[in-house]
Amino acid sequence: MKKILVAIFAISLVPNISFAGPKAEVLHWWTSGGEAKALSVLKADFADKGGEWTDMPVAGGGGDAAMQTLKARIVAGDAPAAAQVKGPAIQEYDDQGVIKPYNIDAVAKAEGWDKLVSKQVAQHMKCNNFTQYCAAPVNIHRIDWFWANKSVLDSNGIKMPTNWNEFNAAADKLQAAGIIPFAHGGQPWQDATVFEAVALGIGGNDFYKKAFIDLDQKALSGSTMVKVFDQMRKLKSYTDAGSPGRDWNVATGMVMDGKAAFQIMGDWAKGEFSAKGLKPGKDYYCSPTPSNSGYLYNVDSFVFYNVKGADKLEGQKLLASLIMGKNFQKVFNMYKGSIPARLDVSMADFDDCAKKSNADLNAASKAGGLMPSYAHGMALKGAQSGAITDVVTEHFNSNMSSKDAAKKLAAAVKASL
Amino acid sequence: MPNKKNLSRVFLFLILGLFVFYYITPLYVMIVTSLKTMNEIRDGNLFSLPNTINFDAWKIAWAGRGEGTSDTYLKPYFWNSLKITIPALLISTLLGAINGYALTKWKFRGANLIFLLFLFGTFIPYQAILLPMARTLGFLGISNSPIGLILVHTVYGLGFTTLFFRNYYVSISDEIIKAAKVDGAGFFKIFFTILLPVSLPILVVTIIFQFTQIWNDFLFGVTFSFGEHAPLQVALNNMVLTSASVKYYNVDMAAAIMAGLPTLIIYILAGNYFIKGLTAGSVKG
Amino acid sequence: MDWLKKNLPKIVVAPSFAVLLWFVYGFIAWTFYVSLTKSKLLPNYEFWGIHQYIRLWQMPRWHIAVENLFIFTTLFIILCIFIGVVLSIFLDQKIRSEGFLKTIYLYPMALSFIVTGTAWKWILNPTMGIEKFVHQLGFESFQFDWLVTPGMSIYTIVIAGVWQSSGFIMAIFLAGLRSIDDEVIKAAKVDGASTLSIYLKIVLPMMRPVFMSAVVILVHLSIKSYDLVIALTAGGPGISSDMPAVFMTKMAFGRSEIGLASASAIMMFATVSAIIVPYLYSELRREQDAK
Repeated sequence: MKKILVAIFAISLVPNISFAGPKAEVLHWWTSGGEAKALSVLKADFADKGGEWTDMPVAGGGGDAAMQTLKARIVAGDAPAAAQVKGPAIQEYDDQGVIKPYNIDAVAKAEGWDKLVSKQVAQHMKCNNFTQYCAAPVNIHRIDWFWANKSVLDSNGIKMPTNWNEFNAAADKLQAAGIIPFAHGGQPWQDATVFEAVALGIGGNDFYKKAFIDLDQKALSGSTMVKVFDQMRKLKSYTDAGSPGRDWNVATGMVMDGKAAFQIMGDWAKGEFSAKGLKPGKDYYCSPTPSNSGYLYNVDSFVFYNVKGADKLEGQKLLASLIMGKNFQKVFNMYKGSIPARLDVSMADFDDCAKKSNADLNAASKAGGLMPSYAHGMALKGAQSGAITDVVTEHFNSNMSSKDAAKKLAAAVKASL
Repeated sequence: MPNKKNLSRVFLFLILGLFVFYYITPLYVMIVTSLKTMNEIRDGNLFSLPNTINFDAWKIAWAGRGEGTSDTYLKPYFWNSLKITIPALLISTLLGAINGYALTKWKFRGANLIFLLFLFGTFIPYQAILLPMARTLGFLGISNSPIGLILVHTVYGLGFTTLFFRNYYVSISDEIIKAAKVDGAGFFKIFFTILLPVSLPILVVTIIFQFTQIWNDFLFGVTFSFGEHAPLQVALNNMVLTSASVKYYNVDMAAAIMAGLPTLIIYILAGNYFIKGLTAGSVKG
Repeated sequence: MDWLKKNLPKIVVAPSFAVLLWFVYGFIAWTFYVSLTKSKLLPNYEFWGIHQYIRLWQMPRWHIAVENLFIFTTLFIILCIFIGVVLSIFLDQKIRSEGFLKTIYLYPMALSFIVTGTAWKWILNPTMGIEKFVHQLGFESFQFDWLVTPGMSIYTIVIAGVWQSSGFIMAIFLAGLRSIDDEVIKAAKVDGASTLSIYLKIVLPMMRPVFMSAVVILVHLSIKSYDLVIALTAGGPGISSDMPAVFMTKMAFGRSEIGLASASAIMMFATVSAIIVPYLYSELRREQDAK
């Protein structure tokens, strides 16, 4: 009897080393609609491979609410395994030391990510002075699109403008015909979206880089920037009275109904058209805003924080690998309206706007016009992009002169550094 | 005389009616929108009635579209909110009542200063305390549990509950209390036998306020709870605030009304307890 | 045992007070310290003097937010209390539909403002809501576009805010009215006083503590105003309806400027206290003297 008891006692002392499988707590704000559907692909893949996904969905404030939750967890010493963070914010977190030792870099090296995504995308995903992968890219959104109502354009004899002067002429014609030329939702991020598309088009690719990536004071306050603000002022005159505060999809609705002709919005606007059963080329046009092979991109990604526990580390590795998987990249992006970050995914099943986006991406990359969007957090840290947006939205919603706006822009950026 | 009374009655109802209009209009818009289809909403007029009464949006808001993990809907989160709201409400109300009682009927040195400090604390902007609170909860080991939220809501409700009860009790005459003390009644005896029975109106007010504040809270809920433990408002926000995808306004409106129903029910029930004359005579010396 | 009995009141209040000291004043102290550091994305404790305050006051957006806080809070308090008092007095007049009316006035507080904000946004939008509706009735020249006018958008926030909270103020005044002894009013009526003067000269002065509660609640709600602003105007058009709570959240969590956000929190807290605390103190003094 004693021997049995000792045996049982001894066995109970052996630590339970078996873990149930890879675990991942994932913070994100894709909480409903097409976005949630897209994410569920990843959840399903993860479960298929034996992983346990703990969802942390937090919508609101363009990600502000999610950032609250994330920072609270980090400060409490309990970061989630993965969080939806993109752009320079990734490197900002790395600077605070909460990401190393870059658990997923091993997976990235083993799978050869450097060859699977473009160099620019890869740079965004790396930490430790851009040497080690710490985030996985999910998609590429294009920001600088025109969405236009085909029948409105056709019946007014208007072709898609290839430069901003043509746009202004077309807008004048439409206004005379009693149609709202430019449907716009007056919220700061939308003002910023329009602003950067205009800046890319009027100033050109190098100008965009100087102003919004290098934050060159001369570019920010110079005469080209003044021209950009001039065009913004013109665009304002083409909007209707109810535009301030309007949600972006209500503005898209105006284009769908033929009340308005054009909207400038990222490729997710496609979803609204599809939901109403409208087809590109037949009912509406999707066309890049005028520029010189420019392309403003936004790469959504998941960053992997420093966590402890074998199951969590396994979970991160599995998740990273799945995100870069061909199947996920294809299906996710078909739901989300963006295009794959991974270069070797077939575009055959995607819609025409997506195909165009992909073709333009390659062209822009070759022409040096592939630019990270400032308005959507890819080019700058939050403090700088916020400062720029404050000036842009103030100018758009007041009588501020373009010269003053440019001056203020340079000053605001300086103060935010 | 009767004419004058009638005139003032008419005036009374006119004013009350005008205000009803002001208060009801947004609810009307919300209800009407929740009963329309998305195409009707896109095409139509804000104030127009729906073509047919359509409860689909309500069903989706409550139980989702049956798409499994890709959907947020309200049902699972109701219980979370109850689990958090009721304990926090009860504890903060009880403590507030006792505090208010102690600070007014058992004057001790510094009682007014302490009261002032409680009041002063209600002006703290909640955004400022999120990070230190996260640290504290992490340290206490309750950072990912409903107990953490119960603690947070109780703590930040104390200022108000103390305020309500203290200001109510201060208007209640001291004579009866003094008499009871002379008769030898102790601290708690006086509280439960004399003050509590006449506290109904303020109890109702406190419960209404606390329930609303805790049930409707989003800030604390989103920062200190995660995933399936989240309270209702976090789920509601997740449903309503899509970033780059189609907004189903009818579902949003239906969901908001449903999320507000428990609070509304409390209001309706509590309203019955605003009984006049409850305190007449027995309190004013 | 006697010591216990003697100090029971203090002992009873002690736990709440201890909690207050840590979770309110301790955290304020932490926030104050962080406001003196260079904290950006996450708190760091490197001392930086008052630089954050200097940066704060150099931001036009902060100036706008503070101004809006004053405008909003003042109007919010005056209107809520006025409406609350009027409605509570009217409801106190023995009306049959009292329960129903009370619920109508109270329900706005029950609903999440994220969604009611969308409804209000539509209602106040000139191309969708009231202005369009009145135009359709034939009054083409009617204008109600405050929502989309930079200088006026803050007033739409007042309209929605008052809508949301005045019902509760009515409720606490009603509770206060109900706690007033009938005898006092009867005696005054016997003396020949009119209803109006009874209310103005006797009842309302007896409600001083209720006024104090109302002011404290309204100031608190005003400082907290985040959902209200975001849902209705998102701080716009442009940044014209920005408010300190929105500013703080944006800076701390959207722009990784935690030090700056902390400075703004301390400023808010200090400003509000500087104005409200004297009021509270004088009310407490007055009570003391009256006894």
